[in-house]
Amino acid sequence: MSATLGPLLDPVLAIAPLADVTLYHYLVVSAAMFSLGIIGFLTRRNMIVMFLCTELMFQGAGLALIAFGRYWMDHTGEVFVIFVLTIAAAEAALALALVVLLYRKKGSLDAEAWAQLRG
Amino acid sequence: MLHNLSAGALSPLAATLATAHGAGAGSAASVHEAVAPFHFTMPEVGPGFALLILVFPILASVLCGVFAALGVKSKLPAWTSVALLGAGFVTTLMVARTVLESNAPLVVHGFDWINVSWGTAPGQTLTANFSLYIDLLTVLWMLFVTGLATLIALYSSEYMAGDRGYARFFGFFSLFVFMMSCLVMGDSLLLLYLGWEGVGLCSYLLIGFIYQKPSAAAAAKKAFIVNRIGDLGLALGVMLAFTQFGSLEYKEIFRQVAEIQAAAAHGEAVPWSIRAIPLLLMVGAFGKSAQLPLYVWLPDAMEGPTPVSALIHAATMVTAGVYLIARFLPVFELNPVALNTVAWIGGLTAFFAATIGMATFDIKRVMAYSTISQLGYMFLGLGVLSSAGAANHVLTHAFFKATLFLACGSVMHGFAGQLDLRKLSGLIHVRGWKVVSYSMLVGCLCLAGFPLTSGFFSKDMIIAESFVSDGFGASFLGLLALLTAGMTAYYTFRVFFRVFVGPVEFHAGDEHHDGDGHGDDGHAFHPHAPGWAINLVLALLSLGALAASIPYLMMLFGASEDGWITGLVDHSTAAATHVTVGVDHGATFLGANPHMIMYYVSGGIALVGIWIAWMLHLKGRTEAATSPLAEEAARALGPIPVWAQNKWCVDEFYDFLFRKPLWFMAHVFYFIDALLVDGIVNLFGWLPKAIGGSLRPSQSGFLQSYAVGMTGGLALLLVIVWIVS
Repeated sequence: MSATLGPLLDPVLAIAPLADVTLYHYLVVSAAMFSLGIIGFLTRRNMIVMFLCTELMFQGAGLALIAFGRYWMDHTGEVFVIFVLTIAAAEAALALALVVLLYRKKGSLDAEAWAQLRG
Repeated sequence: MLHNLSAGALSPLAATLATAHGAGAGSAASVHEAVAPFHFTMPEVGPGFALLILVFPILASVLCGVFAALGVKSKLPAWTSVALLGAGFVTTLMVARTVLESNAPLVVHGFDWINVSWGTAPGQTLTANFSLYIDLLTVLWMLFVTGLATLIALYSSEYMAGDRGYARFFGFFSLFVFMMSCLVMGDSLLLLYLGWEGVGLCSYLLIGFIYQKPSAAAAAKKAFIVNRIGDLGLALGVMLAFTQFGSLEYKEIFRQVAEIQAAAAHGEAVPWSIRAIPLLLMVGAFGKSAQLPLYVWLPDAMEGPTPVSALIHAATMVTAGVYLIARFLPVFELNPVALNTVAWIGGLTAFFAATIGMATFDIKRVMAYSTISQLGYMFLGLGVLSSAGAANHVLTHAFFKATLFLACGSVMHGFAGQLDLRKLSGLIHVRGWKVVSYSMLVGCLCLAGFPLTSGFFSKDMIIAESFVSDGFGASFLGLLALLTAGMTAYYTFRVFFRVFVGPVEFHAGDEHHDGDGHGDDGHAFHPHAPGWAINLVLALLSLGALAASIPYLMMLFGASEDGWITGLVDHSTAAATHVTVGVDHGATFLGANPHMIMYYVSGGIALVGIWIAWMLHLKGRTEAATSPLAEEAARALGPIPVWAQNKWCVDEFYDFLFRKPLWFMAHVFYFIDALLVDGIVNLFGWLPKAIGGSLRPSQSGFLQSYAVGMTGGLALLLVIVWIVS
């Protein structure tokens, strides 16, 4: 209870003290981020937004990894997330380039404009 | 002796070629004697020399093929063929002398051909070498095959001139001679079968030589297909012979047959499997030699060029069936049923074909039916165990029928394809047709059995023998053969009196050769008389047909005991062992020795036939329709002449009996195929398509629908994990 994190977070800590934050809470946040990502990915048609949603899912999963790592007092999860972030950065560059190309072809960011692979 | 001979001929061609070239040189002769240590009176002709008889025609065939490929336009193919076939004839003469002098079969080993073994027990090894078995029967056949082939090739050099397929013709022609030689000279049933199918192939190729003509193409197919039926019988016979004798080589077969005959003489029963062999072999003979009920292909085969009809469909190939039965006469003797069948089929065919021949107007087809009829005589001769009579008739028939065909061919050639005897008359008075007409007269006299001609003697041997035979109903067949002899005389001279004598009158046919000057341009038709080649061949052949009677005349006047042909046959495997031909068996015809009285009876019948033909077709030609004799004959015969003219509707009957049901069955099978077989096959094609079609909507192509699927699947997995845990 001694630690203060500043005026902005202190009211929050008053409601939910930091010492009470358990693995459970982290996992709830992680699952929420992941679910929001999925819902966003499924419902939105804008390709950039969909891409952002996948990033959200990424971070949700990364959060769960760090939380588990901390829980077990093991750095493997953190290291893993650092790797994932690095690769995600490269992948983001690629994905955005693809989105740009797709936009140039159809003049639209709508994912439904692309259905050439219909069986 | 035999083994020495074949052993001495291990590399026969090279060795004997050297000997042949060094003929007269003493060293060559001594080399040969060192190789084959037996008494051999003609050292310059080694046994392997006989292989040259096969080499010459195949060489000619290959050369003509090359000429055809090169597009040679000259008469080079003809002269090549004539020269090489002539060389083959000369070789045959030399081989014939060797065999006659050594008086033993000549076995020549060519090269190893088939040698398959699947066990050590007897009958588990199939050896068929390319070897020759030349006995006196072979010699007889080879002499007229190569001799006539040479003469007819010479004839063809003029007859086929201007044809686009000139080189092709001689290629097939020489190939035929090669195949026929294989058939006759082979030392095993397999080589005989090879030649048998080979001559069938050449026959097909040559009947359909003018393949642009639908009727010729159809006739070629008909000949080939009808022969399939007979060849099936022959193939089965060969296979059965192999299972029974464990070998296909003549030597081995005849050795075992002799043992079986000896056992049978002691009252031992001949096993049915052996007795079935001749029954199967004779089916093949009936097909190839155009006997009832498989004769239908031969009249149609006249669509081929006339030299082909003369050589293949009159003189040589169609006698292959006679050769087969004569060669295997010892096997046939084991089964009297087979012999009687051969006799009856032969006698009935002779009569039946003569009835059609009497009513046909196409002179070439008259000759075709007379060929069938004469082949019937030969089969009758074999059936009553007069193989000598059959062989005599084969030889004389080969000469006079080739003459007749070639004479008819010259008429066809000169009169633009006209063959209708109602539209030709008095050719003997037309300038340039003397040789043809007199050759035709010689051929007709022989075919009609005019007394003291060769055909007269050879036919009499068969008829007389059928009266002394103890075969089933042989006497009836003899009477039938006598009646047929009269009919033969009638239809033969019907052609001669109509076409070659009487007032000059002719209508051209509708075939015109290129550039022969008698086109359809309104000019009067001028027949073009045959040239020197045709005339020379006709003269030689008719002289040969006449000379063929000399041995019989010598026999008749006591200068020799039996004819040389009879001598040849009696010293081969074709010799009938049960009876002695020419000896009085005590049987009589009208109370006299049949062999003597038959000369008068059949001679008289032939003269009566000729007299009737003279009355109806020469003397009473102009008023034939009104003469009392013709009217009387027409009334007595009723509708029979029309039926005969329609060939007794046999073709139509076969059409109804075989072709129509097959046609119907084919359509039934077509529907079964379309509905059932294709249905099953199409079902297997349709199934994946249907499954795929049902799954198709899942592949919408929208990114988010796939994402929904993945998410749903993940959710489902989680639910399952939750439930399970």
